[in-house]
Amino acid sequence: MSHHIIKADEIHFTYPDGFHALRGISFLITHGESVAIVGANGAGKSTLLLHLNGLLLPTQGGLRVGDYPVTKETAHHIKRSVGMVFQNPDDQLFMPTVYDDVAFGPLNLGFPPEEINGRVQQTLETVGAAHLVNRPTHRLSGGEKRRVAIATVLSMTPDILILDEPTSDLDPGARRRLIELLGTFHHTKIIATHDLDMVLDLCERTIIINEGSILADGRSAEILRDEALLKKSSLEKPLRLQGCPVCGKKKKTRR
Amino acid sequence: MDLLSYRQTPVHRFDPRAKLIATLIFLFCVVSFHKYQLSNLFPYFIFPVYLVSAGDIPAGYIMKKIIVVSPFALMVAVFNPIFDTAVVSHVGHLGVTGGWISFFSIMTRFALTVGTALALIACTGFYGICNALGRLGMPRVFVVQLLFLYRYLFVLVEEAARMLRARDLRSFENRGRGLRVYGPLMGTLLLRSIDRAQKIHRAMVCRGFDGTIRITGTHSFGMREYVFLALWTVMFICFRLWNVSVLAGDFFVRLFS
Repeated sequence: MSHHIIKADEIHFTYPDGFHALRGISFLITHGESVAIVGANGAGKSTLLLHLNGLLLPTQGGLRVGDYPVTKETAHHIKRSVGMVFQNPDDQLFMPTVYDDVAFGPLNLGFPPEEINGRVQQTLETVGAAHLVNRPTHRLSGGEKRRVAIATVLSMTPDILILDEPTSDLDPGARRRLIELLGTFHHTKIIATHDLDMVLDLCERTIIINEGSILADGRSAEILRDEALLKKSSLEKPLRLQGCPVCGKKKKTRR
Repeated sequence: MDLLSYRQTPVHRFDPRAKLIATLIFLFCVVSFHKYQLSNLFPYFIFPVYLVSAGDIPAGYIMKKIIVVSPFALMVAVFNPIFDTAVVSHVGHLGVTGGWISFFSIMTRFALTVGTALALIACTGFYGICNALGRLGMPRVFVVQLLFLYRYLFVLVEEAARMLRARDLRSFENRGRGLRVYGPLMGTLLLRSIDRAQKIHRAMVCRGFDGTIRITGTHSFGMREYVFLALWTVMFICFRLWNVSVLAGDFFVRLFS
């Protein structure tokens, strides 16, 4: 199953205004892995994500998704196998109703119309949003929008899922349900986030990006404990790995 | 408005194309009358009344919307009675000027056209109308534009409202409210819109967008649609050719004399 891998080789990217956003990034993500990409605001996470399905092409270095190098010519294959869920669901949901939005990708991929219906229903059931099928997209709540946004990508049956800040703006209950939902997927997952508690739940591997290059790449359990490392990239230990705020404080004052 | 379009009545189930063409013929007939032909217009109310009643749409809701936009029509019509003072007919001893007739003619036409357009949207949905326009051969670019206009109008309004609120919270007395602030505010809104458009385009490209929005059509133009369209078209043309109000009046006068 070599087609579920992503291999980055010394990627550099400079924006047209001269901002050097990525400065030599290399990694290999293999089939079925779930990887968190974390880092401070402006560290280059979003820029990196935009490379992974060919929306931006590296100014230097190479990237391969599965059997294809990412270039303008292969962009079609890449988009088919890499599903991207953007941070703001309003950007993702542009069709008038949930049904049309979930059907948008499959229709563009040329699926026969009689298959579309079943596919839309099935995908919406997977994310637990089957009852929303005929609702206008702009009238959904934040949590519903997020689920439907994921469904719009799942309906194209991608091999690799990329999620940008999937838990931002959600209430704790909706966040928990989303984490559980993501946990049921067997895709290769790449999640850019600041929600390190979610990383503990979902990702066995973490890549920390700092000022356009990789600061650390390894097992989440180890990286998320390394306070010095986290501090350097403007992060904090996940709350669950921090001591209890009440008894922890008492200890300090006693000392 | 678009919640109304999810109801299931016979009118909702007609192919949007049939309703759209009927409405276009209707509009064409209504606006083609001379400005003094007031009585000819009244029979046309049957079409919006049909849409509203058969479509189970709350009439009060449509009325309210018509009243909200009526100032625009009033602005156009209000000068007619002032400038056009030639007496054209008499009601008892009271002279009726051409200005007043054209005033009411404009207002009636306004109520007819806007009311019908609103009723059409309420029983078809904006999406259905865009779909129909596309299938009737309107260029793709315009259909996509219309769809997106509708989808992102809400987002834009919210964005603007948030910016205005943020400005109001930090402006005191009359400082910070003038045109000087409005300029940059609008500029920022424009830049944000462009930014958002780029993001949306990215999301679309990610899902295989190639310039066409493929739409799953659930309606088909069958016998019912032909009958619907033919009946209304014949009716509109009859109303246009003969003054049904006058005919009906004559009929009743003869009946009772």
